[in-house]
Amino acid sequence: MPSTATIHTLENGLTVIVEPMRDVRSAAFSFLVPAGSVHDPVGQNGTAAILSDFILRGAGSLDSRQLTATLDNLGLQRGETVGIQHLGFSGATVADRLPEVLSVYGDILQHPHLPSDQFEASRDGLEMTLHGMQDEPRQRLMVELRRRCFPEPWGTPTYGQLEQLPAISAESLQAHYRQLVRPDAAILGVAGGVDPDEVLAVVQETFGDWESLPGTAPETGEYTPVVEHIEHDSTQTHIGIAYDAVPYCHEDYYTAWAAVGVLSGGMSARLFTEVRERRGLCYAISAVLNSLPQHARVLAYAGTTSDRAQETLDVTLAEMQRVAQGIEPGELERCQARAKSALIMEQESTIARAGAVARDWFHLGRVTTLEEVRGKIESLTVDTVLEYIHAHPADNFTVVTIGPEPLEVAGGIS
Amino acid sequence: MEFHETTLENGLTLIAELNPAAQSVAAGVFVRIGSRDETEDVSGVSHFLEHMAFKGNDVYTADDVNRIFDELGANYNASTSEEVTQFYAAILPEYLPKALEMLSTLLYPSLRHDDFEMEKKVILEEIGMYDDQPTFTVYEQAMQAHFPTHPLGRKILGTNDSVSALTSEAMRQYHADHYRTGNMVVAVAGRGDWEELCGLVREHCGGFPDGQTGRNTVAPPVGGQTQVVHRPASLQQHVMQLAAAPPADHRLRYAADLLGVIVGDHTSSRLYWELVDPGHAESADLGYNDYDGTGTWLTYLGCPPEAVAGNLDRIHSVYEQVNRDGVTSKELEQAQNRLASSIVLRSERPMGRLGALGSNWVYLGQYRSVQDDLDTVRGITLDDIVELLSEYPLAADSTAAVGPLESLLLSGVVGDRRRPLSIGPACRACPRER
Repeated sequence: MPSTATIHTLENGLTVIVEPMRDVRSAAFSFLVPAGSVHDPVGQNGTAAILSDFILRGAGSLDSRQLTATLDNLGLQRGETVGIQHLGFSGATVADRLPEVLSVYGDILQHPHLPSDQFEASRDGLEMTLHGMQDEPRQRLMVELRRRCFPEPWGTPTYGQLEQLPAISAESLQAHYRQLVRPDAAILGVAGGVDPDEVLAVVQETFGDWESLPGTAPETGEYTPVVEHIEHDSTQTHIGIAYDAVPYCHEDYYTAWAAVGVLSGGMSARLFTEVRERRGLCYAISAVLNSLPQHARVLAYAGTTSDRAQETLDVTLAEMQRVAQGIEPGELERCQARAKSALIMEQESTIARAGAVARDWFHLGRVTTLEEVRGKIESLTVDTVLEYIHAHPADNFTVVTIGPEPLEVAGGIS
Repeated sequence: MEFHETTLENGLTLIAELNPAAQSVAAGVFVRIGSRDETEDVSGVSHFLEHMAFKGNDVYTADDVNRIFDELGANYNASTSEEVTQFYAAILPEYLPKALEMLSTLLYPSLRHDDFEMEKKVILEEIGMYDDQPTFTVYEQAMQAHFPTHPLGRKILGTNDSVSALTSEAMRQYHADHYRTGNMVVAVAGRGDWEELCGLVREHCGGFPDGQTGRNTVAPPVGGQTQVVHRPASLQQHVMQLAAAPPADHRLRYAADLLGVIVGDHTSSRLYWELVDPGHAESADLGYNDYDGTGTWLTYLGCPPEAVAGNLDRIHSVYEQVNRDGVTSKELEQAQNRLASSIVLRSERPMGRLGALGSNWVYLGQYRSVQDDLDTVRGITLDDIVELLSEYPLAADSTAAVGPLESLLLSGVVGDRRRPLSIGPACRACPRER
C-alpha cells in the first residue's frame, strides 16, 4: 500500500511532505534545514547553535518580540533543535492556523534580521548553556561519547565548544546563514487535520522564491575506538559505551533495532534485568540505536556510585556480548509487540508523524508506510537477528567515563 | 467523548473518558499518597514502595511483571510526587483486560525482604543520580527552605540515611495503612467499553481493602530560610526562590497558571525579555505549583555566579511592577492562546488525557472535560489577575542556591521580605519516575 502522504519538491529543492490524519484537530510541522553543527566552520563550533537562537531575533516586518507574540497568538507550541545534520524548527497548533504559521516561518528562514547588536546576547546565552552542561556529568558524557565514537566530523558537538565561541562573530554568523540556510536539501514535514493541496499551495507561495545554492557534503575522516576517562567531582561515575551498527537506510536496520531491543527495549530487556533488577547496580541504564545517514552506533549509558562502577561496566559489556550466544523467541516477540504498539500510537500524534515523515525523507528519500514497517517487524526471526549480531558483533567499544576514578575495560578493547 | 463514573462496593472509584475514535487506551491508578504523608523516620517510603510494586505478588514474579507488560507492548511506568503515586500503562485496546490485571497486581505486591534489600541499592543510586543534577538539588533545597517544619519540605526520594535505615517491616505497615480504596481512583482514557471496564475492575480490584487515610491540608507556615550548597568546581549558579501561591482547589489556580506564563515562561515572558533575551541569564522562569492546601510561586534563575545579584534585582523589579500594575490585556490574551492550544494538543492522545483526568479527580473530586478547561482559561479576566496578585503577590520568601557562590547576599532587600523569582520547565515540581 502506497504512503498516504503527498510529496512535492519545489524547483528550488525544498521537499514538502504532507500526511493528512483523521480525528485530530491539530496540525504539526517539522522543518529540517541542512545547517547542523557538522557544517560549522572549522574553529567555530557553536555556529549552528547560536544561529538557532539568532535567527529568531526578528524576521520580515516583525522585530523579535512581535515575532514571538505572533507565534504565541497562533497558539504554536514550538521548538528549535540543533542537530548534527540539521537546524530543526518544529511546532504544532490547531490545524486551521497552520498556513499563517508557515508564512511566519517563511520570513524566519528567508528574511531574518540577524541583528548585529544582539549577537553578543545570543553568544552569551550559548556560553551559559555550555557551562550548565559542563556541570551536568551525564549530559557532558553523551557529548564526549559522540565525539569519540563517530568519525570526524560526525561527532561534532551540536552545542559547540566553549573555547571556539570567541572566534564566532555576527559577521561570520550572517555569512554562514547566507551560505547554509537554503532550500536545496531542506525538508518540510506536515501532519494533521490538513488538506494537502492547501498546504502545498501555501508552501509554494511562501517558499517558491527562496533562492537555491547547492551545498557541499563534509568529508569524512577516520575513527579509532578509544577508552577515556574524564575526571569530575561527581557523586556517580557516568559510563558511556558505543559500538558500530547499521544506519536507518540499511536493509538490516530493523534487525539491528531488534538486537538493541533485546538489550534495552523494555523493563524486561537484558540490561535492565541483569544490571539493575538482579544486581541493583544502577538506577539509569539504557542503550539506543543512533543513526546518521552513513554511520550508526549503539549508544549506551549507565550511572552508578563509584565503588560499584567497575562492576557495572563489566556486567554491561558482558551482557552486550552475551546476546551473540542466543536469543529466546520471547525476547524477540516482546520487541515486536512494543514496536507494533508504538507504530499505532504514533498515528495519534501529529507531532510524531510530522517528525517521522521528514526523517524518512531525509534518510530514505521516501516515506515508509505503517504496513511496510509492520511487515518488516513481523518478518524478523531469532535467526535473522542472530545472523545480524554475528555480522555486527558488540565489540570495538568506545568507552568514556566521567567521575572521580577511571575504570578498566576488561582485556582492553577487543 | 463520554464520561462515566462508578464506585465499587469496596469504595474504589472508577472513572473513564471514552473516545471511540482513539486508537489506543491509557489506564492508570492514582493513589493519594506521597512524601508529604510520611513521617520523618520513613522519609522516602512512598517512592520506594512505588518501585517495590513491580516486584510481583504471589501469582507473578518480578520478572513476570516486566515481561508481561512488555509482551503487551505497553508504554508503562509509575511515578511518585509529594502528594500522588501513580501507576499507568498505554496500550492497544485489545490488551486493556490484561493491562488492568497487571496494574492491579502493582498495588498489592508481596514486599519480599530480599527484593526490598536489592531495590534499596537502586533507590540509593537514584538519589546519587539526582545529586549530580544541580537543578534537582536546588529544587529539593528550596522546598526544604520553604517548608522546614512540614513534610512537603522533605525530599520525595528520602535521604541516603533515611532510605538506608528503612526496614521492610516499616514499609509493609505503611503500605497496609495507606493503600486503601478511599485513597485511590482508577482512571481510563481512550477507546474502551464501559460495561466491560466495570467488569474488569470489579474482577481485579473488587478485593482491595477499603478505608481512607486523612491528610492534614492546613497551609503550612512559610519557612523563609536561605540554603546554599557550595560547589566550587561548578561554572553555573542555580538559584531557586519560593513564595506562597494558591492551593490546588483554589478558584484562581488557572489564573495563576496564566500569570506564570505571562511573567515567567521560558520562551516569551516578562522575565524572558528582561533577563534571557539580553543574555544576562540562561534561564529565568516563574512557575506555579499547587498542592493540597497550599501552593508555591517558584522562581528559577540559572546564570554565571557573578551575574546573580544583578539578575535577582532585575527579577525583583519585574515582580514589583507586576504586583503594582498587574498585566496588560494583550499579555493575558496571548497567554490564553498559548495555554488553550497546549490543552488541546495534550488532549489529543489518551495518555495525554489520563494525567488530567486522574489529577482532577484526586485534587478536586470532579471530572473536567477539555472544553471545561478551555472555557475556564478563556474566562479569566484582568480582574481575576488583580485579585490573585492581591492575595498571592509574586514574592521570594525562601531561597536555595547551588553552585560556585559560597553565600547569597540578597542585596536590595527592602523592608521585611524580598520579592520573588521564577522557574522554568526544567525545574518544575516533577514526580520521580520508576
